[in-house]
Amino acid sequence: MSFLELQNITKIYPNGTKAVNETSLNIENGEFVVFVGPSGCGKSTLLRMIAGLEDITSGEIVLDSNIINNIDPSERDVAMVFQNYALYPHMTVYNNMAYGLKNRGISKQEIENKVNDAAKLLEIDSYLERKPSMLSGGQRQRVAMGRAIVRNPKIFLFDEPLSNLDAKLRNQMRLEIKKLQRQMGVTSIFVTHDQTEAMTLGDRIVVINNGIVEQVGTPKEIYSKPNTKFVAEFIGSPQMNIFNCKIDNGTAKIDNHSINLDKSVNNDDASIGIRPDDIQISDSGSITCKANLVEYLGSDMIIYSSLGDQEFSCKLSSKIDVKAGNEFKFDIQPNLVHIFDNSSGKRLD
Amino acid sequence: MFRFLPTTINHFILLMGLTLMIVPVWIIFASSTHTSLFINTNGLQFFLGDSFKENYSSVLFKKAGFFQEITAIKMFFNSFVMAMGIATLSVVTSLMAAYGLVYFKIKYATFIFWLIFVTLLVPLELRVMPTYVVMSKLNLLNSFAGLIVPISASAIATFFFRQFYKSIPEELLEAAKLDGTNSWKFFIDFLVPLSKTMIAAVFIFMFVYGYNQYLWPLIMTTTEEYWTVVMGLKTMYGSISHRFAFVIMSMIPPVLIIIFLQKLFIQGIFQNK
Repeated sequence: MSFLELQNITKIYPNGTKAVNETSLNIENGEFVVFVGPSGCGKSTLLRMIAGLEDITSGEIVLDSNIINNIDPSERDVAMVFQNYALYPHMTVYNNMAYGLKNRGISKQEIENKVNDAAKLLEIDSYLERKPSMLSGGQRQRVAMGRAIVRNPKIFLFDEPLSNLDAKLRNQMRLEIKKLQRQMGVTSIFVTHDQTEAMTLGDRIVVINNGIVEQVGTPKEIYSKPNTKFVAEFIGSPQMNIFNCKIDNGTAKIDNHSINLDKSVNNDDASIGIRPDDIQISDSGSITCKANLVEYLGSDMIIYSSLGDQEFSCKLSSKIDVKAGNEFKFDIQPNLVHIFDNSSGKRLD
Repeated sequence: MFRFLPTTINHFILLMGLTLMIVPVWIIFASSTHTSLFINTNGLQFFLGDSFKENYSSVLFKKAGFFQEITAIKMFFNSFVMAMGIATLSVVTSLMAAYGLVYFKIKYATFIFWLIFVTLLVPLELRVMPTYVVMSKLNLLNSFAGLIVPISASAIATFFFRQFYKSIPEELLEAAKLDGTNSWKFFIDFLVPLSKTMIAAVFIFMFVYGYNQYLWPLIMTTTEEYWTVVMGLKTMYGSISHRFAFVIMSMIPPVLIIIFLQKLFIQGIFQNK
């Protein structure tokens, strides 16, 4: 039995919106799981149902062998870090962290020890007497984490906690969260819409779209073998190139080019996907295209081009000399191609 | 130079306003320190006289009223209790009403709110007869409770608190829920301290409103024992300088409340935000 089990969870809001649809998921003790998906896909709703802030329409949530559907949020033994931190503006940093412990009737001495330990761990011990309004964004973030840590919960829930920080601080906090999670070994669920965050943080990633889990897997599995067209396009930056095509006995026809896929697939309405960095430019390439636009990124560059009326991009080392307006030749390796059925969106190979 | 000019004009306008408000009060105060005879013969005075102690002490302790049952000191006490009661109860009732309307999933909460708001259209003067009947049936005539209760719910204060609560982010409640608050604790530990500045503002407003009540205490008190300062102003016959002294003293409690609470008000603005 897993540490946290979601069994056929469905959430329908009073206005009839189905936010989460028949979702089942098992999470092991100590795992760091990331829910990722576009805004409004139901990932936050799922998290809030685990926290107890949202009622569950049907299904069961089992935490550590107990069904927690109807247990009060404060008794579920979960701690949550909110997007805007939700610090208590009228309380000092110390009281922000101590408040939950006081409500549990823990002795003053023990509260002091716990808060001081957490503050030291997060390097906020010199601000304990300040109010949240006197702290910077990064410091507030730490206090919010401190408030979660002192409670010694079974699960940490993070609801897009990094999206209010600037890019540099976001990278830094991302690393710290990961380090902290490793150090404490507490099961964590992290919600984000940023696929980079998902890829770097998660032991496993859950890709959600329209209230449905599209794929669950390690970052590597999800990147190298996306189950659906949605996952293929959502994970990876720049986005995977998708070409609509007809596949006839393992050969895809795009514009007037034929690409051998090395697989016995027949499908009239399919698409093939190839990652921008899997396109290999060589003078002996069989496909010739014109570079419409070139983006220089330092070590890499991205070429935007089109095959017939379908646009695509390729990411190359910037040492290769291709300028906008130039022609270039490339090949598509059959083993790097992902094939999807357009009507179901599912992977075909 | 360009910065200097507008500041000067600003200050000039402010000084004019200040003069306009202060001078009449000063003239009354200066006149109240002269004997009545002196004022009757020489008119209002701009400079202080030497009868300050005599005038003020005789006003404070002189028996007044038709039955000579009340002194100015007792009137001040009555007014203070009434204004304090009205201010405190209004703050408490409107805080709680707003809490109920915003945080509890009440059906038709908006409609109920507008129903409360509509009571602004029915001031005490308009409902004075039915209110009197209710109070007399409750046996509350000639009591502090009778003076306070009918004026102790404020629609406008409920409105202010409701708007303020609506601006508090939802996550704060959710974080507090995870930290194990119940609805009562959330009210005491979060909403009350967060609305400290608003409480101070509403308290000032309602204190002055309560202190200035005239018609209601006039109608519901039959013994002089419950007379208030504002009622007393009318009955302070006697000499003209005594009347002036009483007017000056009647201004002190509201001014003190404002000065005292304004400190808290400003403090709150700078610390909480």
